[in-house]
Amino acid sequence: MGRDKVYIQPLPEAWSEPGHPDRSAGPPRPSRGVREMVARLLAQHQVDDVDISRLPADGQSLEWSELKEIFNLSEEEQATAFEEDVAPAGAWTLAGLRERLNRPVSRRTAAKLMAMGLLTGVGFLQAGCTPQLPSALGGQAAQLRLQEYFKRNYRLMTEEEKRETIQRLEHLYELETGKRPQISSREAQPGVLYGYAFNISKCRGYLECVKACVLENNQDRSTDIRYIRIHEMPQGPFDMERATDDFYHQVPAAGHLYVGTQCFHCENPPCVDVCPVQATWKEPDGIVVVDYDWCIGCRYCQAACPYDGRRFNWRRPVVPVEEINLQQHYLGNRLRRQGVMEKCTFCIQRTREGRLPACVEACPTGARIFGNLLDPNSEIRWVLENKKVFRLKEDLGTEPKFWYFMD
Amino acid sequence: MRGLVAFFAHALDNVTSGSLRYHLWMGFLTLWMVAGAYAYSIQLREGLIVTGMYDYVSWGLYISNFTFLVGVAAAALMLVLPTYVFRDMDFLRAVLFGEGMAVAALVMCLAFVVVDMGGPARLWHMIPGIGVFNWPRSLLTWDVLVLNGYLFLNLTIPFYILYKHYRGERANPRVYLPGVLLSLVWAVSIHLVTAFLYAGLPARPYWNSSLLGPRFLASAFAAGPALMILILTVIHRTSDYKVEDGTIHKLSLIVTGAAQVNLIMLASEIFKEFYWPTAHSRSAIYLFFGLEGHSRLVPWIWASLALTVLATGMLTLNPLRRRRPVLLLSCALLFVGIWIEKGMGLIVPGFVPEPWGRIFEYTPTWVEILVTLGIWALGAFVFTLLTKVAIPIELGRMRREALAPAGD
Repeated sequence: MGRDKVYIQPLPEAWSEPGHPDRSAGPPRPSRGVREMVARLLAQHQVDDVDISRLPADGQSLEWSELKEIFNLSEEEQATAFEEDVAPAGAWTLAGLRERLNRPVSRRTAAKLMAMGLLTGVGFLQAGCTPQLPSALGGQAAQLRLQEYFKRNYRLMTEEEKRETIQRLEHLYELETGKRPQISSREAQPGVLYGYAFNISKCRGYLECVKACVLENNQDRSTDIRYIRIHEMPQGPFDMERATDDFYHQVPAAGHLYVGTQCFHCENPPCVDVCPVQATWKEPDGIVVVDYDWCIGCRYCQAACPYDGRRFNWRRPVVPVEEINLQQHYLGNRLRRQGVMEKCTFCIQRTREGRLPACVEACPTGARIFGNLLDPNSEIRWVLENKKVFRLKEDLGTEPKFWYFMD
Repeated sequence: MRGLVAFFAHALDNVTSGSLRYHLWMGFLTLWMVAGAYAYSIQLREGLIVTGMYDYVSWGLYISNFTFLVGVAAAALMLVLPTYVFRDMDFLRAVLFGEGMAVAALVMCLAFVVVDMGGPARLWHMIPGIGVFNWPRSLLTWDVLVLNGYLFLNLTIPFYILYKHYRGERANPRVYLPGVLLSLVWAVSIHLVTAFLYAGLPARPYWNSSLLGPRFLASAFAAGPALMILILTVIHRTSDYKVEDGTIHKLSLIVTGAAQVNLIMLASEIFKEFYWPTAHSRSAIYLFFGLEGHSRLVPWIWASLALTVLATGMLTLNPLRRRRPVLLLSCALLFVGIWIEKGMGLIVPGFVPEPWGRIFEYTPTWVEILVTLGIWALGAFVFTLLTKVAIPIELGRMRREALAPAGD
């Protein structure tokens, strides 16, 4: 049995498969691996009484009796394989072991036993390496998650690594939700620096921007992760402390102003400096982004932000599958996980494609103005040059790229 | 190498045997650690949502305790400095426990930071080489460096000295003194760097003060040695290791001085916030008097103030301080007072009111409280283990010869 060459042969080909160069191209293949190895092993030894289709699927657990039944291992065959003809006392001595190994076993039974051993061994291996094996998704998702766990900071990735991680993420989301998102890694365009202006005299507090933002950016629906806050301020001195974002009545309320806040994408962002792992940074087009998979969740950036611009995923975010926005960006609205920071990205997935942020598009009163600060003909430049604009907490030296003005 | 293995085997023997009282104490601590681990498992599964923290008060009980314990760790300086540098023999019998306390406090600090993380499994992102270590820009990376460095120093120096004594040899000052001198600077730096972590945030005016660092040090040098006095008293009563009155007396002078300086700084802070309250004083007003009907922290800070002032007063009066029960009571009051003040009184009000002036309060949940108790039990457990080995070595009862007659 031990000298039989069969049990080495099928292995190399099957094991080499995961690293095969064409693996990353095209749609994922149907899982081959162990099932095929077993089939080949049995075919090689003309064992035809085993129904290959009944072999357990990934993540399924079996009793010994079930396994025996699948392999059609009769009591007689089992007896020849296991029945002790060595005295129990000598069973675990070297001589006893040798005698066991040299015991004559029929070729068919040997093939079956080897196949069963293979199946069990791979099962143990898989169970040992998979964090949450009894899941409906099985080993494929677990393997993708493992590879995701060891990836690098996005800014250090090569183009190849970026492509690979995006492919993995798209595949994972597909496995989890049944929908395949398009994750972009489009970089900042040269000659672009984004800026935002908010017209206080036009905002009526309808919160259409908030709703559009939540939908566009796949924000958690189970907690209060809203990038945009609209503060209702009674007429009089402009003082944010007099405002509240906690209003539940018909808007606009008489004698009130509405002031929207969100991440101001500071030119000099304190949140970026404090991050211990550089999981957040300012892109060349001025957008402050977070690498959700690199963030360790220490929340130092949240303490450092003077503008309440950052939101933390205190629990696993919930986004209804039918509401998922599939047009995503790696640094933007792709689905987040529990325990990471997120924030407004000026809708990077839209703006880098030349579209307006969702809040700007959704605003029914035209209070929101967005554009390229480096383009002298842009609307935002017109506002900055012709209106009396101001920014909040300018004394902190953070240089927000978010201005307020009144008509 | 074989000698080291034998030492650890001997030490293991030592910590696993003891009186019934010792076993009950360790069992009691284990119970709390297991309870804390259970609570933490809930937090790992459900996320930090099970804590009382949220976007507006994003640091709570964990970081509060972390901040306080950095001070306790730094206080070992007050025992190390007189012993090794001024050659004050009164401190010699206490210094090893001071270093043990630093180790236990640092273990607790690191545990509190880890349980506060949203993604503890991704902490390897911080390791230079395989991750990204944002040094020197981020103060948090400085803190990682100084805390781990201080832990290393406080593990190796006492270990060297104890191991030499275990072998019946004299520890060579040329070997350990450079480390001791380094650890003195390091002790100041751990607390100063931790203060800078907060003081460097212009977003939080309550922390953004140049007095924060010095005040951290003053309160640490009061609370740490106060705890040391209590611990030495317990060791004196429960073991054969006798701590002389002179040691306790000198320690109490250190506590008194530091507590007085701490009060002066507190007065200075209160004057600045309340003589002419600005928009930046709102956190202090919230803390001491409540704001717009929110006053959850008010009883805590006044309790802390009362405890600290009372304890400092009792310590300042010679006839009172000289009486042992009064001294012990004052130390306990001072320790609790500073714990409240450095914990709930420093971290939480930094977040209240939030950047736009709205007020959101914070109350820890049972999960947070249980995890916190578990980590304190862990610290006590570590300290007890270290003491259980150090005492017999210093008493000459745990020696290499006693174990194996045939030397290597």
